[in-house]
Amino acid sequence: MQKDNEDIIVKNLSKSFLDVKAVKDISFEVKAGELFGFLGPNGAGKTTTIKMMTGLARPDFGSIITAGIDCSKNPKAAQHLIGIVPDESNLYPELTGFENLCFCASLYGIGKAEREQEARKLLDAFDLKDAANRKFAGYSKGMKRKLTIAAGIIHKPRVLFLDEPTTGIDVASARALRIMIEELHKQGTTILLTTHYIEEAQRLCDRIAFIVSGKIVAVDSVQNLLKHDEGKYFLHVTHKGKNPDIAEKLTARFDNMTFSFMKDSSFRLESQEPINITPIVMFLEGLGIDVMEAKRIIPSLEDVFVRITGLEAGIMRKDKEKQGGGK
Amino acid sequence: MKKWIAFWNILLKDMRTYYLKPPNISWGIIFPLAWTGMFLIRSGTGLDSIPALLPGLMAISILFGTTSMLAVTVTFEKKNNSFDRLLLAPISFDLLMLAKTSGAIFFGIVNAMIPILLASFITDISVSSWPLLILAVFLIAVVSTFLGLLIAVAVSEVFEAQTFSNFFRFPMIFLCGLFLPISKLPIFIRPISYVLPLTYGVDIMKGLVKGENFMPIPISFAALTAFCILIFGLSKHFIKKRWIS
Ligand SMILES: Nc1ncnc2c1ncn2[C@@H]1O[C@H](COP(=O)(O)OP(=O)(O)O)[C@@H](O)[C@H]1O
Ligand SMILES: [Mg+2]
Repeated sequence: MQKDNEDIIVKNLSKSFLDVKAVKDISFEVKAGELFGFLGPNGAGKTTTIKMMTGLARPDFGSIITAGIDCSKNPKAAQHLIGIVPDESNLYPELTGFENLCFCASLYGIGKAEREQEARKLLDAFDLKDAANRKFAGYSKGMKRKLTIAAGIIHKPRVLFLDEPTTGIDVASARALRIMIEELHKQGTTILLTTHYIEEAQRLCDRIAFIVSGKIVAVDSVQNLLKHDEGKYFLHVTHKGKNPDIAEKLTARFDNMTFSFMKDSSFRLESQEPINITPIVMFLEGLGIDVMEAKRIIPSLEDVFVRITGLEAGIMRKDKEKQGGGK
Repeated sequence: MKKWIAFWNILLKDMRTYYLKPPNISWGIIFPLAWTGMFLIRSGTGLDSIPALLPGLMAISILFGTTSMLAVTVTFEKKNNSFDRLLLAPISFDLLMLAKTSGAIFFGIVNAMIPILLASFITDISVSSWPLLILAVFLIAVVSTFLGLLIAVAVSEVFEAQTFSNFFRFPMIFLCGLFLPISKLPIFIRPISYVLPLTYGVDIMKGLVKGENFMPIPISFAALTAFCILIFGLSKHFIKKRWIS
């Protein structure tokens, strides 16, 4: 059900909160039926962008066209066509799962018989049938997230916004959710998904925008993003001990390779030809540096992300641990 | 049609989850009884003074049933983010605000009816025009509820909503002529009475129950209606400004 026209056109969108520039002049397009990913660390401006696109925040500048409707003047104009799954479950704690779904459907003007039927269908599909008549307040984190997604799609939106759908839930639930997202994608829903999991973006998305400090630094398909590194060879070396001239000496000795040095006593080299590890290790040993590990790498999206954003992938991992372990 | 499905279901959900909960219902009955009892004991008068107390009692029942009720429930939903669902729904702000306030308005009207029903069992009450009385009760409920909405926009914590409601409510009890005629208030305080919507509502009811209004009833109705529109407009303005920021 892939169509050629754009379901989302965002131009020069900007937003500040007092002294924080949350979103800085971003532009992108999402085609109908596409699963588009917003990949970036915490605080990058992903949620703020979604809020502006759905009518919960007013842009300082820029235009948003959703499903052909210009929402810049009236943020409510396209709300009947979109579904939103926020980063934190926002259903009614005192209502049951079934009641929550029915209530959400009623907000979109769906009649009683139809909404009850849809609610049952979704509870079934999301494996929440047994919890249908229990209060939302008593749901586990994974169940809450599932019901929140169900509530976001009960009115069959044309465009769906998913804000960090798998953050902070257990691995099994996250996997189940990814399968459901793929299913929705197959059915032709246009999806904008934000995440700070690189592998998740790589696995699910047709195209990805890297967003860092409120700016989009790259937008492309996973394939194209990886293409840059095709036919190149990479080696990652971790060593013990420091030598102030290590960078200079390595670059001078192996002048057909590109080196990038990390803070944590490791470096990465890139070459157009297959890399022979032995001479490099011997050279380092000769400088009095112990090599702990030298391994060849097949570039992943993570490497592309690190190269393009200049951020270390560790930033994203730290976020992950915080989110998983905390609240 | 579609948006009325939304309207009706928002109203129904609030009724079921907030207003028709047993503690609220019993509060609506106990509260006017307690106030009546207190006044009868304090004034040392008999049951025949009930008609004199009735307008104030009804006004207080409405005020206590609506303002803080709405302020607290909206703040609560704002706090757990479920209010965002309503802001994201494809219905206009006007309709959303009406749906959100209708439950409290209805609850306020019922609360006002309890004292008058109870009183009619105990003693004779003569009301010169029931339709006008009901209209007055309705408008007081509307204005008190909208006041709750305004409070909800101004605060961000549930306890603040409660405190802030009291901040408005208690002065209103003394300044709106509920139990103490405005003519007995110090002259420099009286202007405050005239900017409080409840003053006009109570005056209408006093006129209808005892024939003791000090302003013409049509003017009071006009003033009450104007307050409703004004507070609704203000609330809408602040909701758009603060909640869609
Ligand atoms: N309501 C707000 N008031 C002030 N600053 C905000 C507000 N919302 C977001 N921010 C700031 O804007 C930046 C982007 O936040 P956000 O869009 O939530 O990022 P992300 O969703 O990518 O983690 C952050 O620096 C955040 O602190
Ligand atoms: Mg976010």
